[in-house]
Amino acid sequence: MMTSNLPAVAALTLGPIAYHWSAETRRDFYAKIADETPIDTVYLGEVICSKRAPFFANDLPEIAERLIKAGKTVVFSSLAEVMTVRERRITTEMMTLGEAEVEVNNSAGLLAIDGRPHRLGPFMNVYNEETLSVLAGRGAHHVCLPAELPGPAVALMAEAAAALGVGIEVQVFGRAPLATSARCYHARAHGRTKDNCRFVCEEDPDGMPLSTRDGVPFLRVNGVQTQSETYLALIEEIAYLKEIGVSGLRLMPQQVDMVSVAAVFDDLRRGMIESNEAEERLSEICIGTRLSNGFFHGLAGYRRITKAAASFS
Amino acid sequence: MPQLDRTPQARFITRLAAVLPLPIMQPVLDRIVRRIAASHSEIFDRLGSYRYSTYVIDTEDLPFALVLSPDPDQPKLRAVKRKDLPPHDARITGTFLSLFKLIDTGEDGDALFFSRTLLISGDTEAVVRLRNALDDVDGSIAADAAGLFGLTGRFVLSRLRHSTAPSL
Amino acid sequence: MPLDSATSELVCPAGTPAALRTAVDAGADSIYCGFQNETNARNFPGLNFTPDQLAGSVAYAHSRGAKVLLALNTYPPAGKFALWREAADLGAKLNVDAFIVADIGVAAYIKKNYPDRRLHLSVQAAAASPEAIRYYCETLAVKRVVLPRILTIPEIRQIKREIPCEIETFIFGNHGLMVEGRCSLTNYTTGLSTNMDGVCSPAADVEYRPEADGTLSTRLGAFTIDRFGPDETAGYPTICKGRYIAPGRPEGYYAFEEPVSLNLARLLSDLIGAGVNAFKIEGRQRSRSYVRSVVSAFRTAVDDVRAGREPDIADLLALTEGRKETQGAFETKKWR
Repeated sequence: MMTSNLPAVAALTLGPIAYHWSAETRRDFYAKIADETPIDTVYLGEVICSKRAPFFANDLPEIAERLIKAGKTVVFSSLAEVMTVRERRITTEMMTLGEAEVEVNNSAGLLAIDGRPHRLGPFMNVYNEETLSVLAGRGAHHVCLPAELPGPAVALMAEAAAALGVGIEVQVFGRAPLATSARCYHARAHGRTKDNCRFVCEEDPDGMPLSTRDGVPFLRVNGVQTQSETYLALIEEIAYLKEIGVSGLRLMPQQVDMVSVAAVFDDLRRGMIESNEAEERLSEICIGTRLSNGFFHGLAGYRRITKAAASFS
Repeated sequence: MPQLDRTPQARFITRLAAVLPLPIMQPVLDRIVRRIAASHSEIFDRLGSYRYSTYVIDTEDLPFALVLSPDPDQPKLRAVKRKDLPPHDARITGTFLSLFKLIDTGEDGDALFFSRTLLISGDTEAVVRLRNALDDVDGSIAADAAGLFGLTGRFVLSRLRHSTAPSL
Repeated sequence: MPLDSATSELVCPAGTPAALRTAVDAGADSIYCGFQNETNARNFPGLNFTPDQLAGSVAYAHSRGAKVLLALNTYPPAGKFALWREAADLGAKLNVDAFIVADIGVAAYIKKNYPDRRLHLSVQAAAASPEAIRYYCETLAVKRVVLPRILTIPEIRQIKREIPCEIETFIFGNHGLMVEGRCSLTNYTTGLSTNMDGVCSPAADVEYRPEADGTLSTRLGAFTIDRFGPDETAGYPTICKGRYIAPGRPEGYYAFEEPVSLNLARLLSDLIGAGVNAFKIEGRQRSRSYVRSVVSAFRTAVDDVRAGREPDIADLLALTEGRKETQGAFETKKWR
């Protein structure tokens, strides 16, 4: 178990790419991450759809090596939904890799990795201190919290985690995962099923937009996953997260200049810029997509609260 | 108001209403609502703060609507003409028969609503609470109310339950 | 009392004490219910049981040979665990026959403090593989798993071979294709959470808006979930059952699913053959008359199947929500 000396600066992490990007796009993307960003930890792996996994498996070793050479910590993230024989096998195999760090996203993985050090992803539903304590006792040393957990609960989790020597990570940028299904909604939109999807999700590298019948943008479809239309963005909240001892700030890869996004959050975590400058820069980078932080404030997730007093007591 | 084929039940009530003008019907409604309030206090627990809400029960095939205020201390049930509807929190619109079945046999409100036999407007939570509150009552609320009026009550109840509807 | 696969327990929902009595009288073997707060996933306004009502209901059920299962199947957020702890303590004091849980912390608390009580794993825990189920059995002594509705009969049979605990499957009611216990759609739209507050598309945020042209639009919070023409059957604005616009689908379509209802009456003997120990009817938010009709019909159907007779399930169609019926995933994977 790792000791809990909170770093002066929280780690900046990059979550696993949720979408089905082409191999070339992915390689170029990770090359930039390796060479041009101060990101500390990169999570690699196909989390959403087991059908996509083989494509990634090809370049995974090369990408991982490139990132490690650049001084990044690499963690492999496992599937969020595990049901078919293949998904079960992929998951169990990943848990028994041995050397590399693993982030578990489904309790199927817990069985294989029980007792050995591992990370828990946001799909593991670690909502409270009791659950945290149980899982920490079985080898979890780092947990990424569910995106919908409000600020005061995050603070309590950070406190409990510190006492257990466990790291706490919070998503601070990118579309929030809202739901997963066994049915592929990308395939469905094109009149297909998951079995004969022909990987139509590749057409939407930032998710397929769904609007209400009034024409209001509402959600994004990403294969079996449903996401927020808005990009979650915790800007003013970064100082608070640092105060309460959150040890990891997770950026989810979107189809925007992620190098610049990483730079904004790096400046924020180091206290080198104020929120309003970060806000300006981020809005520029994400032009066309609304930002939101409702979950953190206990409100509807799509909402954006700014100039909130940083007091959650 | 659209022309509606009136069921025998609706025609029966309309004739009763013609014989009992609204000012005379009122004491009858008062007795009914006080009786229900007294014998089913659990309804108010389920309503919570919505016991202070006002519900319009719009029996669309009758010449009047009912206004319900389920305050346990002063329960009120009034028949009003549609042009005189008070401000209200929720409105449930349906034929007299479908609404009657709701409180007599505990007919499935969901099925009635999904087939658009019942229409809901206003505060949906108020309606959901009322529906859950009424559902937690054993037996028939209608029969309870009818019991107040002895033979007359039983006669009215059986006329209302008479289910065959000859075509008009 | 231990159950074996020959039992075919009929597990029925109750949103109120009256519904529970109705279910028991109609022949339910077990009834599941919850308290009037966010400790269970049907936290509807005006629904569920007070502690006194649960006490009375347990007495009623036990005196007629039926069991009561307490649903504690939501996820306590940090800082609020005490509410779930109290609910578990109360359930134990009132001698409920099992706790239906999803959160690992809640399960661990009950295992530690009431090691002799039955833990059932809710569908909200989304344990859909033998490995996941075994994890809960081995670390938390779970005695029964409620399987997600998305598994096929061959998959169920395979799972049964590899797990040490009992299996409960849904056979009737509302059909969800989203993975349970992992959905924040409601929280995104309204600020109330399905996982933490036990609500889905809560009534307080629902609006039915009649339009001038005779259509009806249904809204949740600031978003229009669907629109219905004068001849269309309206539905409650559950987000995953709405109609939306996508590139290439400008007319508005059921992006996630069509409103259908599960009805597995014809598959009862296959399910028993696959090793299912208990059949679950969904619908704690449904009325007494629904409970009476559905439970009686399935009581007869289960008894028929176990005696080798063909079950008659014609009357059940009228009770389904959107008037369309499905056997869901259970027969084939083709729908995925």
